[in-house]
Amino acid sequence: MKDVREALSVARNSEGRMVKRPLSPHLQVYRPQITSFTSIMHRASGVALSVGTLLMTWWLVAAATSEDAFATAQWFIGSPIGLLLLFGWTLALVYHFINGIRHLAWDAGVGFEAPQYRHTGYATLIGTVGVTLLLWLVGLVIW
Amino acid sequence: MAEANKSLRVDVMRSQLGRVRGLGAAKSGVGHWWGQRLSALALIPLSLWFVASVLHLLGASHDAMLAWANGPVTIVLLICLVLATFYHLQLGLQVVIEDYIHQDAARLALLIAIKGAAVVLALACIVSVLRIGL
Repeated sequence: MKDVREALSVARNSEGRMVKRPLSPHLQVYRPQITSFTSIMHRASGVALSVGTLLMTWWLVAAATSEDAFATAQWFIGSPIGLLLLFGWTLALVYHFINGIRHLAWDAGVGFEAPQYRHTGYATLIGTVGVTLLLWLVGLVIW
Repeated sequence: MAEANKSLRVDVMRSQLGRVRGLGAAKSGVGHWWGQRLSALALIPLSLWFVASVLHLLGASHDAMLAWANGPVTIVLLICLVLATFYHLQLGLQVVIEDYIHQDAARLALLIAIKGAAVVLALACIVSVLRIGL
């Protein structure tokens, strides 16, 4: 027995034998649910957006450096890889934005009942796809 | 049943309060929690404004970009966006690292790298914004 956390993870199983309990829910044994899926995606989109800030930093630094540097950044963003990254960034941003508001509502004690958090979960997914496509439609028309 | 497995006996000498504290609650988590929520709140209007600006500037020339980024309102909004973004980002990545990296040395190294990178990138953005706008 090394520390308190280990001490607290000891319990009896259904046969009365002392066992060490698993530390946390293991993703692979649970059926995916809308709640767990939206939660995992919130974290994944957050990490993706963190990578995306590199693009934003490049864009701002290039604009402040020279016309050539800015042209290079604009060329990259307009290239197939750049557009793919930008599309992924839009998707991640819209999702993290909508689901983030869902989280803030929960923190305020709103929408935390069983039918509500399922409905808002599906609404978040549908809204993400809809808003992302709308933004790109507007973007392509402007461009 | 008591003699079932003596090697797993709980023999940690610790008060109930100490055991609760050992779980990690009520130390500095509240500050992290509030920081994440308040920066999220700030990012709602700021990111809406930024997305609208990016749409407006699609395929823009260097001159058009400089013209947009000129002026106190845009400068202040951009700096607010950069500060809230990188502050929120490093708080979020900190939790991800703490959850998945169990080796002490690797975890500490990654936390320092992420927080350092957030400061450097935020400064790069802010200096660029000021250089364009001022």
